[in-house]
Amino acid sequence: MSVLCRDCGALATATAVPQRCGECASPRLVAHDELAELSIAHIDCDAFYATIEKRDRPELAGLPVIVGGGRRGVVLACCYIARLYGVHSAMPMFKALAACPQAVVIRPDMAKYREVGRAVRAEMQRLTPLVEPLSIDEAFLDLGGTARLHGAAPAQLLAALARRVEHTLGITASIGLSYNKFLAKIASDLDKPRGFAVIGRAEAARFLADKPVGLLWGVGAAMQRRLAADGIAVIGQLRAVDERELALRYGRIGRRLARLARAEDDRAVEPFSATQSISAETTFGRDEADAEALRRELWPLCEKVAERLRQAALAAGTVNLKLKTADFRIRTRSHRLADPTQLADHLFETAARLLAGEADGTTKFRLIGVGADRLVEAEAADLPTLFDHEAGGPRRLAAAIEEIRARHGDAAVRRGRGLRPASS
Amino acid sequence: MKLTIERAALLKALSHVQSVVERRTTIPILSNVLLSGDGGTLALSATDMDLEIVERVPARIEQGGRTTVSAHTLYDIVRKLHEGAQVELDTIPERNEMVLRSGRSTFTLACLPPEDYPVMSTGELPHHFVLSAAELRGLIDRTRFAISTEETRYYLNGIYLHATKNNEVPVLRAVATDGHRLARVEMTAPEGAAGMPGVIIPRKTVLELRKLVDEGDDEIQVSLGDTKIRCSVGQAALTSKLIDGTFPDYDRVIPANNDKILDVECKPFAEAVDRVATISTERSRAVKLTIERGSLTVSAASPENGTAVEEIEARYQSSPIEIGFNSRYLLDITEQIDGEFAQFAMADAASPTIVRDSNDTTALYVLMPMRV
Repeated sequence: MSVLCRDCGALATATAVPQRCGECASPRLVAHDELAELSIAHIDCDAFYATIEKRDRPELAGLPVIVGGGRRGVVLACCYIARLYGVHSAMPMFKALAACPQAVVIRPDMAKYREVGRAVRAEMQRLTPLVEPLSIDEAFLDLGGTARLHGAAPAQLLAALARRVEHTLGITASIGLSYNKFLAKIASDLDKPRGFAVIGRAEAARFLADKPVGLLWGVGAAMQRRLAADGIAVIGQLRAVDERELALRYGRIGRRLARLARAEDDRAVEPFSATQSISAETTFGRDEADAEALRRELWPLCEKVAERLRQAALAAGTVNLKLKTADFRIRTRSHRLADPTQLADHLFETAARLLAGEADGTTKFRLIGVGADRLVEAEAADLPTLFDHEAGGPRRLAAAIEEIRARHGDAAVRRGRGLRPASS
Repeated sequence: MKLTIERAALLKALSHVQSVVERRTTIPILSNVLLSGDGGTLALSATDMDLEIVERVPARIEQGGRTTVSAHTLYDIVRKLHEGAQVELDTIPERNEMVLRSGRSTFTLACLPPEDYPVMSTGELPHHFVLSAAELRGLIDRTRFAISTEETRYYLNGIYLHATKNNEVPVLRAVATDGHRLARVEMTAPEGAAGMPGVIIPRKTVLELRKLVDEGDDEIQVSLGDTKIRCSVGQAALTSKLIDGTFPDYDRVIPANNDKILDVECKPFAEAVDRVATISTERSRAVKLTIERGSLTVSAASPENGTAVEEIEARYQSSPIEIGFNSRYLLDITEQIDGEFAQFAMADAASPTIVRDSNDTTALYVLMPMRV
């Protein structure tokens, strides 16, 4: 088998797993029969936001740290010490603080995280152009065919990447290495934090057999329930069912399940994956029931979504409204537009109509969000109409506002509907 | 209530009223049809609170009365009964049920109390006029395709019907637009139309009304006020709220000085557009018309699919022009043109174009070009 030292990068062959590296005596070894051949990787930074905060404030090193928005927000990230108390990301803040009252809570500094995320991505792109970002802190890499260029096997390059990120950026990442995306993603989770896990062709099916079906890509709670109703709880049981039978029972996803259960996934690593949706949301400082107040919260979100649509040269085909009630029930309402739009005004008019059906003046909400999906190219959106073509259409107004803001700052031009009534 | 009625008569009436009933409604009784047996007729009513249809059919009434049952269930049952069957309806008020018997079949249906059934109050409907079914079909068919579906522009979600004058001749005019195209159709004003308010008839009402005049040549009695309209066709009466809004000043968008005139045989043109549009992208559906003296080329290009070009004969005397349109909008209009020729009056590639039927001066269409 091949043995990789994650500290010095030496790749050796051995018949049994040694205790320490023959070159540098480090105990951080990865051993696997296929280690020298596998080339699809998933890299995931460990507790990304929390790790960055700990890096910048060394006095927090031994303390539980939670990054999130105030008492009423949710946990965006938490360090591994906080996780010992049962805190996990996406947990409501008050629950997290109940579980771990001594946690240090830090307000997120997205600009800082984005910058670190970009630096990590730049490191990845030094190895291969085939980097498919999944979020700010994780990505798939296809290192196939790079061995000769770099003079090292993918596994060595990845170990070196993790070391570089640790030394230059002061954060750690976990690496999953396999022969397809779905297994690489599972692998990166196996040895967290600061991990390096490998799933090879030889053991993939065996490895999956006793894992719950929820581990499979695309199997959420609803699909898990459906499968459970048919007596399928683990991946091995799924594998025992004929592919045609699964396709008959569950349609197209059935066929995919059959393949994934056999550890097959032929999705390529796509460096330019198309944006599926764009959204913005906000959690209120205090639960809000007033329809007019809710409407006011909607406008800046629409402006934000419109701005991001503009940057991506996309337009919304569907507008989604998301509300979370004071008792944490999520309501989503959506409207398919007759004409796709990129403009904050149209997003707002549509979202406000959806909101009017929900805001009854008594139901209290803690969160509101606006999203755009069924995205189309901006070219096809907001075309001049019979009624506005002489004035240049709404596009021209939006372009003019954008220009003024670019020159004089975002606050230079604002809509009246964004203003709050003067408090008496 | 106990009565016997022919399946065919019941089915026809139900098919008219049940389509008003929304599939999903939060008020249970709105899923139901109100049945009222009285004298020699059964009246069936359905409503969605904005639109109500009442249809009367002859029936043998043993005992008068009223009840409400699920409209779609009743319709589905009657649809599946044997042709030519007799249907017996018998209410059992103490159990809130209605029994339906036909041949060897017996159904027991749950009822809701008829007193709870919402009735649409019409108030005063001071304006009356009469249209033939063909006239009404003409007004609806040539405008409904242009009705906007964008709910935020609610005042465009219907047909604007109003009385006006065209060259001093009083006309009844229907206009619909979604901002990309506009359809304006008129007829000589029937007696009683003068002085009526301009009203916006909601899309759903338009479509239901169209079903009522689908066949036959009944007269349609129209009554309207500022907020409601009622149309009576044979034994059916449709009452609807009107859209409370201001229809935009459409005259403003109908260009007066478009002097580039293209005459093209409508059917071959529509076929060419349809063929060429196969190539254009799903979203834009754009086709380009390249027009020179005596020739018209329809073309489309898409980065994914490739290109398509087709040349057809046309009469054109002005300076050459290239202009793009949404092919679906073009086809929607050519479909309404019965005459041999369609006439395009253009100004330039960025300004509204007028389309007319060579054989029909009562209809006019305006189309916003798109950049290609």
